[in-house]
Amino acid sequence: MSANADRPPVIAPGYTPATVTDKISSVVLRKTPKWWFLGFFVSFMALQLLLISMVKLLILGVGIWGVNIPVGWGFAIVNFVWWIGIGHAGTLISAILLLLRQTWRTSINRFAEAMTLFAVAAAAQFVLFHTGRQWLAVYWLFPYPNTMGVWPQFRSPLMWDVFAVSTYATISALFWFVGLIPDLATLRDRSKHWFGKIAYGMLAMGWRGSARHWHNYETASLLLAGLATPLVVSVHTVVSFDFAVGIIPGWHSTIFPPYFVAGAIYSGFAMVMTLAIPLRKVFGLEDFITMRHLQNMAKIMLATGLIVAYGYGIELFMAWYSGNTFEQYMMHNRILGPYGWVWSLLILCNILTPQLLWLKKIRSSVLALFFISIIVNIGMWLERFVIVVTSLHRDFLPSSWGMYTPTRWDWSFFVGSLGLFFSLMFLFIRFLPVISIFEMRTIAKGHDPASADVAEMKGAS
Amino acid sequence: MRTFFARLLARHVRPEFGKPGPRQEGGDLPPHLYGVIAEFAKPESLVQAVHAVRHEGYQVIEAYTPYPIEELHDAIGHGPSRVPLLTLIGGILGGLFGFFLQYWTSAVDFPLNIGGRPYNSWVSFIPITFECTILFAGIAAVLGMLVLNGLPMPYHPVFSVPRFQLASRDRYFLMVLARDPRFRAGDTFRFMETLGASHVSDVED
Repeated sequence: MSANADRPPVIAPGYTPATVTDKISSVVLRKTPKWWFLGFFVSFMALQLLLISMVKLLILGVGIWGVNIPVGWGFAIVNFVWWIGIGHAGTLISAILLLLRQTWRTSINRFAEAMTLFAVAAAAQFVLFHTGRQWLAVYWLFPYPNTMGVWPQFRSPLMWDVFAVSTYATISALFWFVGLIPDLATLRDRSKHWFGKIAYGMLAMGWRGSARHWHNYETASLLLAGLATPLVVSVHTVVSFDFAVGIIPGWHSTIFPPYFVAGAIYSGFAMVMTLAIPLRKVFGLEDFITMRHLQNMAKIMLATGLIVAYGYGIELFMAWYSGNTFEQYMMHNRILGPYGWVWSLLILCNILTPQLLWLKKIRSSVLALFFISIIVNIGMWLERFVIVVTSLHRDFLPSSWGMYTPTRWDWSFFVGSLGLFFSLMFLFIRFLPVISIFEMRTIAKGHDPASADVAEMKGAS
Repeated sequence: MRTFFARLLARHVRPEFGKPGPRQEGGDLPPHLYGVIAEFAKPESLVQAVHAVRHEGYQVIEAYTPYPIEELHDAIGHGPSRVPLLTLIGGILGGLFGFFLQYWTSAVDFPLNIGGRPYNSWVSFIPITFECTILFAGIAAVLGMLVLNGLPMPYHPVFSVPRFQLASRDRYFLMVLARDPRFRAGDTFRFMETLGASHVSDVED
């Protein structure tokens, strides 16, 4: 522990279970602050843009997007992979760090899980709408007995994707809701308004925090964490199979699964950082989301960023080492072709900028971390663009080469999905506790002189 | 198999949720008494009180805390949780469902020759089998936790104690239920007062 002595604490000193409870629940139970209405309004308008774009797409079809042959996969897939990847950090924080007994995760896991859920919701819009005619997509995506008697093609990675993403959405929602139950009971007990009492009371389902409750609850949480850990790795692995199983140069590669998972965690931590920094500021939660959390996340970003850099390196190496003309041309075209500027920007955002995180001074600057996290988010989006578009636009025959230019509807779907994500996020931070109250109590009790005896008893037994 | 499930269900019926049972002679109970509850300011006082209450011979007791306390679970003597078993069953059923869904649709109900691949392409079926295993196990864990905890239960007699809302803040509660064989309305109340509790009160049913 002495090595940790110079690190900032996980929670500012002087908090007890009572003060932690009051502080976090007051964020929900006080009057709505003005900035909330402004933020929600802007997000909600962007969400309306998504709805308008959806109606347009339903009337005219996916032709409103810039996709065509040879680039049949455009922004929809780029955005889908980007959003799903962002979600992965939430599961990593709530599941893997729980299994590794990293107590610092406690104050960021709740909103990171919410971020997961909303990111998956945003990703799902692209999966649904890129099929063009959703009501026809149902029979080849979901195995239900239909009048044609046909079943989905289970040998296809696209089917695996449907199962992986829907399982991921379900388990993330369950994990998140289970984590909320004791806190909903806290809000039920604290709420002064009759509606709050009833609404939180119904959602808490009669939670009383009895010894029996906690024991089953802790067991279930641990099991869910154990289940979510391989799940989160499998989800982006399956997403990468969508590409890797195809025989397109630039896609057909065994590095894809680990490289996609690392990229997902990378972008996810960047998004957690992007959300955490303003959140702790506006809610005055600097005592709970301390510099320790930001520094730890910066280190994880740096580590996963280096794995991603290794992935890029291996792609380059394999293109040369394979001796395959098409593979070599793909890499040459990716760097020096018409989309070469996107690749250069990607290297700048994803590989070069995060190297600043080696410096402790940068890791200790909230503003620097905020900007780096946004740059990484942009970089990861560019990565997906490079993978999807540059691999497709110049394939085996020069006669079938083409360019992909996103239309305004491509952009409106992307901005709209941001609107969906942030609208849900604003509703979440207004009506639910952004930090897990009961888990913070277990941290705060360590600072509570009253419970020193229990710690002793534990040591003796 | 029937006895297995019967035992599984029977053994999880916790004292807390049962109907008041027959009481020993001489225990003159008020008609609507559910139990006696004591409030403690410190978790270690609660753990000590649980030991004292059990030493006195009470068995049908329940403790309430704002956060999980491992020592309390050991002190109160509840058995191991059944959630892991239910999760395992869910996982096995999910895995079987996932695999045989694909096997039956691809090899039995509507075999399609796709590029000469075997109808039972079991290697391609593994990702979905895995996802279904996780899905069913996760749902079993959550539903199992809720059912074993008797949730949802919007109303419970302890909610009638006004100070009980502090159980979700920083107070620790111990309740002896009226259907405990050793329960005597007055005696139990006075005994609970000797345990160092800050408040002791009756819980109306």
